[in-house]
Amino acid sequence: MSKFNFPESIRSRPTYGTLEARAGKSHLFVADAEGAEAIIDLAKTDDSLMAKSHVIYIPKDTGEKYTSQLEKLGINQLYVGPSFAAAQARLQRTLERAHMGLQLYLTGTEGLMGQAQRDAMTAGIPHTAIQTEHRGSIGRRMQCVHCKGITEDVKIDPFVCSHCGLNLFVRDHYSRRLAAFQAVCIDAEDPGNVPPSVELYS
Amino acid sequence: MSGVEKINVKVSAIVPLNELVTRFEFKRTDGALFPTFSGGAHTVVEMIDDGLTRLNPYSLMSDPMDQGTYAISVRRDDEGRGGSLFMHNNVKVGDDMVLSNPVNLFSLDLRAKKHLMIAGGIGITPFMAQIKQLDRAHGNWELHYATRNAALGSYVDELTATHPNDVNVYYDDDKNFIDLENLLDGQQLGTHIYVCGPKGMINWVRGKTAELGWPLEAVHYEEFLAPQPGKPFEVKLSISNKVITVGENESLLEAIEREGVDAPYLCRGGACGQCETAVIGYDGKFIHRDHWLEDDEKASGKKIMPCVSRFEGKTLVLDR
Ligand code: FES
Repeated sequence: MSKFNFPESIRSRPTYGTLEARAGKSHLFVADAEGAEAIIDLAKTDDSLMAKSHVIYIPKDTGEKYTSQLEKLGINQLYVGPSFAAAQARLQRTLERAHMGLQLYLTGTEGLMGQAQRDAMTAGIPHTAIQTEHRGSIGRRMQCVHCKGITEDVKIDPFVCSHCGLNLFVRDHYSRRLAAFQAVCIDAEDPGNVPPSVELYS
Repeated sequence: MSGVEKINVKVSAIVPLNELVTRFEFKRTDGALFPTFSGGAHTVVEMIDDGLTRLNPYSLMSDPMDQGTYAISVRRDDEGRGGSLFMHNNVKVGDDMVLSNPVNLFSLDLRAKKHLMIAGGIGITPFMAQIKQLDRAHGNWELHYATRNAALGSYVDELTATHPNDVNVYYDDDKNFIDLENLLDGQQLGTHIYVCGPKGMINWVRGKTAELGWPLEAVHYEEFLAPQPGKPFEVKLSISNKVITVGENESLLEAIEREGVDAPYLCRGGACGQCETAVIGYDGKFIHRDHWLEDDEKASGKKIMPCVSRFEGKTLVLDR
């Protein structure tokens, strides 16, 4: 099962739901890795939905596993790309040309959903009107508040900033504008005093 | 005192626009500047009518940046409880009146890429101020204004003269109606829609936008409910330990205020939620008329919005 129940946290921390088909003429999905499962599940609940949908899918490390299943859903327009960065221009162009009534569905990892949400907000969709469903890895997209560098798919706490090398503490404080959680130096007061890293939510 | 801060004003001009609608302009008595406001804000006008104090909300329709004058436009309602008739018949230039500071329950969402405005009749008033605000910021907007006919089309000439490309006017008498479905279809992503007009129009726009998958966050509406007359009823106010009778032509909120009990309010039209009051006990039935409480709250018998809702029955005890 690709679902994970995040424990309750501070208000800043994003929460996710379960995708449901909504009214509208056009439907845009952005998904990565196990997020494909949420699309497959949703397609079962509404047989007319996929024919009205544009799906942008990034398999990440799942290889061909889901792509072949998605191809069988009768999706109007299916794009499979190597990374979010590679797919982003397509997403932005699609949003730019879109009309009111477009339904946006994001599913997969938090980093993917957060970045797609940021583009959608810029295009004028209120963030509360965007559906999200978390699937797959609990790795997070973290910003180092000191050097501002982003480290993707962080699964341990503390971790080492991939840009400046500081030892960072993983927090739930989230920025929608940056599409990242905020990480703070853990040993600033007492350099070198760093607790051993543990897996997130272990 | 409840409500927001008050401003003492003098009526500086009264301009009849047509058979039904008159504009009232105000200047401050102390000569100071009015606060600026945001388009869509209303002011609560205090009217002392033969010993009865009425506090009625009207949308401010002057330029939000004009600190010298506030203006409202009032449609005469011969069937109502008399607030608009009082304005039309009793108010004269030079009269002293009291307004509240502006309160906005119908503000523009400035994150919108485009503002699509739908006005019905006197519902044009908040848009007059919003358009001035947007023009100053070079905002992207479009108005669709339905009214009975040219003779009753308040501000039609002014709007079409200044904004010939952005203002679309529809006259019911010419069987010219807003083609809502086509209008909504194809609006760019990030458009917000605003509707002010009769209840039927608001429901129509809310229904169609929902059908077409517009997010609720992008659909804004304002409908002030005027309190309706009804059978007199008795209420016990438990905190102030008073038993009061609500008359046929006053609202529960007005009756509470008449007895000198301070009760919270902002809009006095069932929209803002400020006046929500807990019910301690009752025997009878509620006549809920607000847009604030959810259906299950209305059914629970635990809450009432005294600005517009009434009660029929033996006893009602409020936590006030
Ligand atoms: S005063 Fe606003 S709902 Fe009653």
